Amino acid sequence: MSQSTDKKKKKNFLYNTKEELTLHAMALPALAALFVFSYLPMFGIVIAFKKLNVAKGILGSDWVGFKNFQFLFASTDAWNITRNTVGYNIVFILLNTTLAMTLAILINELYSTRLAKVLQTIYIMPHFLSMAVVSIIVFAFLSARNGYLNGILQDLFGKQPVNWYNDRTWWPLFFVIIHAWKGVGYSSVVYLAAITGISKEYYEAAIIDGASKVQQIRYITLPHLRTMMAILLLMAVGGIFRGDFGLFYLVPQNSGVLYPVTDVIDTYVYRAMTMLNNPGMAAAAGLYQSLVGFVLIITVNRIVSKIDPESALF
Amino acid sequence: MARERIKYNRFNRISPTSNFVLTVLMIILAILTVLPLLLVVSISFSSAESLARNGYKFIPETFTLEPYKLLMKTGAQIRDSYIITIFYTITGTVMSLTVMSMFAFVLAQRNFKFRTIYTFILFFTMLFSGGLVPSYIINVRYLGLKDTVWIFLLPSLISAYNVIILRTFIQTTIPDALFEAARIDGASHFTVFFRIVLPLFKPGLATIGLFNVVSRWNDWFTGMLYIDNPKLVPLQTLLQRILRSIQFIKENAQLEGTREAQELLASMPTESTRMAIAVIVVIPILFAYPFFQRYFIEGLTIGSIKG
Repeated sequence: MSQSTDKKKKKNFLYNTKEELTLHAMALPALAALFVFSYLPMFGIVIAFKKLNVAKGILGSDWVGFKNFQFLFASTDAWNITRNTVGYNIVFILLNTTLAMTLAILINELYSTRLAKVLQTIYIMPHFLSMAVVSIIVFAFLSARNGYLNGILQDLFGKQPVNWYNDRTWWPLFFVIIHAWKGVGYSSVVYLAAITGISKEYYEAAIIDGASKVQQIRYITLPHLRTMMAILLLMAVGGIFRGDFGLFYLVPQNSGVLYPVTDVIDTYVYRAMTMLNNPGMAAAAGLYQSLVGFVLIITVNRIVSKIDPESALF
Repeated sequence: MARERIKYNRFNRISPTSNFVLTVLMIILAILTVLPLLLVVSISFSSAESLARNGYKFIPETFTLEPYKLLMKTGAQIRDSYIITIFYTITGTVMSLTVMSMFAFVLAQRNFKFRTIYTFILFFTMLFSGGLVPSYIINVRYLGLKDTVWIFLLPSLISAYNVIILRTFIQTTIPDALFEAARIDGASHFTVFFRIVLPLFKPGLATIGLFNVVSRWNDWFTGMLYIDNPKLVPLQTLLQRILRSIQFIKENAQLEGTREAQELLASMPTESTRMAIAVIVVIPILFAYPFFQRYFIEGLTIGSIKG
């Protein structure tokens, strides 16, 4: 932004102290809310280093140093929840990005733009369902007694009913399917918007050079989606330590037998806090999650800004 | 724009056969997308006997409205939850929009000295958070928000992501020159915001407002964590609790102990009732979102442009 000094003077007149006060006043409610509900909890994280005594409060509780962390990392839980959180997220990110991009490219090729609109509306429908509703839908399929899946297995293959909520085997697959069903349509919207924004001249030039449809996608469409993909991936990687609480807690109905394949950091923190009544360790797990997530997003952003400064987030 | 697109499509489109195959595939995919929800709808219209005999099926063997009638009869809790959820959704969204759009306006002022620091204060909350435990303790012990309506309104006032989208909206749709002209004419920032920005800003507000409405309507977590008082339980939390126990009809004060209640309990199509509740919870959003889809797409697209 280059401005002449003349213009600057004018601007300064527009932003005199009294007028700046108005701006501060307009920002105040937001700043207050951020302070109370985002920054206070950041300081409250000290309870990760304390033995929380509810009567004494956060500040009054006794320090225990790294005991909560020792307790957390001495158990196999820490490894298990980390593996699950990161593992599921990596699969989710790769699969959803690929599927969403494919879907967007395909929708864009349909003759009828009217049909494309209608289809898009249907594909994004699951995004608007809450996890509470999704867990009921999943129950309709997986219920041991009446579930649709057991019904099919019985009718077609003569199999005995399976108690899905007590059987770990297929849950990783279930999560991947549910996640894709819920998210792919929605993500494809962004890619589709980007695709329709690509200048037609590129394609016209390519056709004159005799490029096939596949070549056009490979050499024009995909490269144009790169920046957007980088941003979305970056955000996704930054959140790789955050598990979808609803998906992993509500959908498997908090079934204890399934914990080895359903427990992610977020469900663990929640359970440690509400059921195991160990807020110190829960806070320790939460801090571990926040810190690693923070380091990750900073690192990834660094890398991205080295390779392609345009795509960096900040 | 539309005409251009059609012309271009004719010039560079896939063969009619490919289009046919693709269309069929995409329609199958669309059907697969809605089927899971249809299963729930179908169960909600099934009689208890047919469910016991056949399990859950996509087409009810015997169609019945019984589950819905039962809900109407015993649904005091559902009615309360419906009303309180509408209250949370509307009040929360209005409060959020007010606070966030004023803040976004401030952050859009390129010459405001504190712009950078305020933006950083906002942005940092996207990178790092204290997590669930400190928030819970602060909300409950220090702020006394447990079992109050405020827990649904205050902590969710600001979403950093949404503020950034709003700011981008203001920066890209409202020219700086317009601000300056108004300011030279002697209008205060406040006047500029209410007289110029807000009226020009309706698409941005609609987008973020809809994001807000959907996430508030769908929020089951806040209720699960903070609410015991049945009068304050939102729909989604109610649904989640019902999933665990069907006790809620038994506990319903209106019917408890009456002869009618015992008869009802004996013949209660519990599974279909559960599904019926899910259907009732989902209907408002499902009917509304196709009409507002344009705004969602706009918000999503702007959100992925970095600010």
